[in-house]
Amino acid sequence: MKQNNLYNYILSIADNSLILGQRLGELCGHGPTLETDIAGTNISLDLIGQCRNYYQYAAKVQGEGKTEDDLAFLRLEREYKNVLLVEQPNDHFGYVMGRQYLFDVFHLLFMNDMLNSKDETLAAIAKKGIKEVSYHKRFSGDWVKRLGDGTEESKAKMQEAIDDLWTYTDELFDMTEADKAMVSEGVGVDVSKLKEGYYKEVSQLLAEADLTVPESKYFTRGGKKGIHSEHMGYLLADLQYMQRTYPNMEW
Amino acid sequence: MITAGANIDQHLIPFLEEVSDPEIPVLSVLDLGVIRQAIEVDGVIKVKLTPTYSGCPAMDVIGDDLKIAFNKIGKKVEVELVLSPAWSTDWISEAGLQKMEAYGIARPLSESADKDVLLGNAKKVICPQCKSTNTQLVSQFGSTACKALFKCDDCLEPFDYFKCLK
Repeated sequence: MKQNNLYNYILSIADNSLILGQRLGELCGHGPTLETDIAGTNISLDLIGQCRNYYQYAAKVQGEGKTEDDLAFLRLEREYKNVLLVEQPNDHFGYVMGRQYLFDVFHLLFMNDMLNSKDETLAAIAKKGIKEVSYHKRFSGDWVKRLGDGTEESKAKMQEAIDDLWTYTDELFDMTEADKAMVSEGVGVDVSKLKEGYYKEVSQLLAEADLTVPESKYFTRGGKKGIHSEHMGYLLADLQYMQRTYPNMEW
Repeated sequence: MITAGANIDQHLIPFLEEVSDPEIPVLSVLDLGVIRQAIEVDGVIKVKLTPTYSGCPAMDVIGDDLKIAFNKIGKKVEVELVLSPAWSTDWISEAGLQKMEAYGIARPLSESADKDVLLGNAKKVICPQCKSTNTQLVSQFGSTACKALFKCDDCLEPFDYFKCLK
């Protein structure tokens, strides 16, 4: 049971990176400018790289001879435990940057904490990832500011995006069974404790961006339990297509 | 030159010098500092490789290239990817930095200077073409995860800057 919790815990972290990486990867070649296009795919590459490290580790912990590809490509929708925020579809560029920023702030707080994990592999992944994630946050945060404090149209669109995405933020701080078990062993991050710092930091940037912090108290959740939004099925159809069509194929 | 802290058998060095970074072919894996260990144990060469960035696709290619290089002399190779301690641009050798500049990529600055230039607050990156520091950031992200795109306002050439990573 102990190993089972660790396995589920690793997967839940990995899935956030995989799904957001896939979303950004969908934009490859479709960015509004060359620079933003390259940025999106670079961030995607970092996230996919991180989730590869997690999945390799999860496969080892599971000990059933599965590979990182099995875990990334061959699970069913309900078995993915990513938060709803990261699976939201690519709307306009401001929406993509808003989604990115709202995740990046959490991701960096999370990794800073995971650095102290008693699990050496998780701590090592965090050490490597922190540098990457802080670079992501700088990029997405700059764009939220630029668009929020930009033209009338960019401001309106950025505000609408933040209002919409806001409903998915509270789930980031939900504690699952695996979370609780891993926290008690000094391996996992107590995400419930990150909440205050998260909203403080995000609110500060939104103020700088001349945007209004949403007041809505209605939050949507479910991803962490495997209950996803409608978008997830379409995303997975794309993500899993190759492995489902040509089982065990390799590059 | 060998990176400090790496455990590498002397007789393997000529072979490792033949394996280059696929994205920056002038740099060998030794110049880049990604080989943390290369030792021969009972006829098997055991290599520990550390990635520059988590998702760096060059790592898979380097792993394959190492196998090819040693298979030529009939040796088996085991490549293990290690994440800790995390790779740093400090591990690129001075010879490597010089080759990089000659190839047209500006060398990484110190950590604080790097932050300044990537936020667009200072002009410190040296243009590899004309050596001017009158340069500006074009894009925080470049052609690979380890680089940012700059341009020189004197000779007007665009160029890559190898980001500082510590």
